[in-house]
Amino acid sequence: MKAILSSLSSIPLNGLSLWFMAIFTIVFACGAIYGTGYMKHYSGRPLRNTLHWISYAVAYVSMMLLCVVENSIAFLVSWEIMALSSFFLVIYESEKPETIKAGINFFIQSHISVVLLTAGFMMIAAKTGSYSFSAIPRYCAGSNGMAAFMLLFAGFAVKAGFVPFHTWLPYAHPAAPAHISGVMSGVIIKIGIFGILRMITLFSIDFVAAGAVILAVSAISGLYGVMMAILQHNLKKLLAYHSIENIGIIGMGIGLGCIGAGNGNAALASLGFAGALLHTLNHALFKSVLFFCSGNVYHGTHTLDIERLGGLAKKMPWTAALFLTASIAICGLPPMNGFISEFLIYSGLFGWMQGAEPGVTTGAVFSILALVMIGGLAILCFTKAFGIIFLGSPRTETEAHEMEPCRIIPLAAEALIMLSIGIFPSFYARLAGSALACFPYAGSSALAMTADLGHVGFAGLILLLLAGLIYTAKSRHNTRRQVSEGPTWGCGYTEGTPRIQYTATSFVKTYVQLFSFILGTRKEQEIPTEIFPASGHFESESYDKLESNLIDKPLDAYRRFTDRFSFLQNGKMQFYVLYGIIFIVFTLIISIIFR
Amino acid sequence: MTSLILILISALFFNGIIGRVKSISAGRKGPGIMQPIKDVIRLFRKGSVYSETTGPVFKTAPAVYLASVIIACLCVPFGNQAGLISFSGDFVFFAYALALGKFFCIIGALDTGSSFEGMGASREATYSMLAEPAFFLIMGSLALMTGHSSFQSIFADLHPSSPMSWALACIAAFIFLVLAMVENSRMPVDDPKTHLELTMIHEVMVLDNSGIDLGLIFVTGYLKFAMYAALIANLFIGSIPVGYGIPVFLAVQVLCAVIIGLNESFSARFRMNHNPQFIFTLACIALLAVFGVMLMSGQLV
Repeated sequence: MKAILSSLSSIPLNGLSLWFMAIFTIVFACGAIYGTGYMKHYSGRPLRNTLHWISYAVAYVSMMLLCVVENSIAFLVSWEIMALSSFFLVIYESEKPETIKAGINFFIQSHISVVLLTAGFMMIAAKTGSYSFSAIPRYCAGSNGMAAFMLLFAGFAVKAGFVPFHTWLPYAHPAAPAHISGVMSGVIIKIGIFGILRMITLFSIDFVAAGAVILAVSAISGLYGVMMAILQHNLKKLLAYHSIENIGIIGMGIGLGCIGAGNGNAALASLGFAGALLHTLNHALFKSVLFFCSGNVYHGTHTLDIERLGGLAKKMPWTAALFLTASIAICGLPPMNGFISEFLIYSGLFGWMQGAEPGVTTGAVFSILALVMIGGLAILCFTKAFGIIFLGSPRTETEAHEMEPCRIIPLAAEALIMLSIGIFPSFYARLAGSALACFPYAGSSALAMTADLGHVGFAGLILLLLAGLIYTAKSRHNTRRQVSEGPTWGCGYTEGTPRIQYTATSFVKTYVQLFSFILGTRKEQEIPTEIFPASGHFESESYDKLESNLIDKPLDAYRRFTDRFSFLQNGKMQFYVLYGIIFIVFTLIISIIFR
Repeated sequence: MTSLILILISALFFNGIIGRVKSISAGRKGPGIMQPIKDVIRLFRKGSVYSETTGPVFKTAPAVYLASVIIACLCVPFGNQAGLISFSGDFVFFAYALALGKFFCIIGALDTGSSFEGMGASREATYSMLAEPAFFLIMGSLALMTGHSSFQSIFADLHPSSPMSWALACIAAFIFLVLAMVENSRMPVDDPKTHLELTMIHEVMVLDNSGIDLGLIFVTGYLKFAMYAALIANLFIGSIPVGYGIPVFLAVQVLCAVIIGLNESFSARFRMNHNPQFIFTLACIALLAVFGVMLMSGQLV
């Protein structure tokens, strides 16, 4: 017992681990409180609920373990525990076939990540003979660590959801219960980010090259994630694609930080890593709030199809207000927290651009372009999501009602933290300081950064106060005037129905036409013919082009290839004995030839 | 502070001048220069009608829209003098604060449940997404040339004596001017002269606003014009004394208004599906400006 305690007291907690543990704990705690309310709808199955909550606790503990272990075997074991427990969390509603399908997809992809991680750690262990993390610097001293780093990066990227390893997210998130989606998107994918950051603190490689790769992958992830998100009509799927976008933004921060560390540019390193760390916290907060809100919408209306919703703000005012707050934050608009981390990354990019190396400027310009496009597309996406779901009139009859307080209060608490980050960013930047100090070159100029952030927060506060002031003045002005209500102006048409409202599809139609060369859309139509047409219909559905080209098509080709050998498995015992004999003869011949 | 006061003064006349130019070039008597302000005062005196469909979002939207533009105006410097809000990277804040205003404008339009306003909202969201890169790229090229990253220090470093500065300042002026027209949904993109329902972007978004709400939205539009013109003026007054700066500033404001007025008098609106091309061309010009600066400073090869 004493030995265990003494080993516990010597757990090496660095600032990075603490930062991530704090994020995980906040979101897991809010998820648990929210989940108790959410699971009341499923109270008829106590056994399954017990398993669910046990898995929840195990997932939390395994994530904490991942943050503290200093040994790759222990790390892999904890990783496996985390993957399995989150698999059980995802397949809670296992009676639905699509849930099981999504769960198995998640399960397989989790294990691809395990394979890549194992390979990476084995490369290091084979060279140094040690599974301890402390062997990694030694490994890098002896040889070029780039291959091992890239293997580990790929392994973590599967978990984090970087393109093209993102395909499990849009299936797993909608299938899971809302509090699990929130926790998965908020923190479980962040363990991938944690892994990448942890490896950066350990490896000493050519960080400029690694950073450039990470930056490029992230910019593509960010753009692709948000471009796909706009097309989605399932609210949770939309949010899942948005997680890919935000992982992209975090990755851009990491990439910049790496480049700064490689060049010995302290300002760039601290801006990049600080942006990544802060955006990890920010995304954990606003994405979990958004997913929790989607759970409220689901239980209020029994659908997540955006096209069937509408006007929920009147029936679920708290959920609507929280969703709006989180939407503003996720679009990176001031005065919320999302702006702070994006501002750090912008500052890093503009600073980097002014570094006079040839070629560097071009990279910086295109990264800025990507980040700007991500911002603009996110606004399109979330005005669509919020506007179509919560505003206007209901598109179908629902008996939506506001949820109980335990499904509102934890969200409100998270929203308050989000606002406080937006207004007092320098405080949070100082909090991140000890995590920042783990990275090469990054700790030193953190203080200079907080001064600028103070101005940003102050400007955000003024914006908030100004809006409040104008609103109050306007309301007071209106109390002295005649204010009346009437129907929405229909331009002379008086028989409007909720069905003639703009839909989500029509809202993004211009965008879809513009970007049709990237986006995949399947159309199915039957054009009415003859003078008195009997029938006609039109359906359009978007699909993930990258998924179909990179995953589905190669898998199909592989399956067709292996099908050619199916004649071998013909079910006759004699043939199997024959195969055995052929094999034995073959090995004999081989061993005789190469004796 | 100087810049804020000057922007407020210019905003009083900006749309009036546009209107005068349009009526003079059309050969009609037309309203006076103060007409837009009189319209706003009249609207402020009126009561409001709210749609039954709308809720708090609709009522907040005009306030946030105005606040966002005011805060963006606070960021604008007067040549060498910093604006009230000034820090390294303030132009990022400037653009994102404006985006917040647009966000609320769009959801305010969707709150009415009207398909017209949904249409306008959809277009506003798409076009502003396309217009944003142009602003960032041109600011990036200015930052690259001067080596600074705040409005004030960038503008203070632009010396009209060097031909490179001149060239870049002219390109930037062109881009800011067209951005102002896109942001305010003016001529080549949208036609504010037509009947409200036929105006395809901004005006159609505010169909249901009345009374003080509509007044605030008008005021925001005037401020936006003056703000962009102030940015253009800043490109040229960074290194000259304030005494000369103020007349130049006001002259640039008038010149911008006249150009916009003339453009509206003598050009037709694009078809809606040509707008994205037009707006994205701006981003391409800005990208060329960036590469031009890189080429001149030897960072390209």
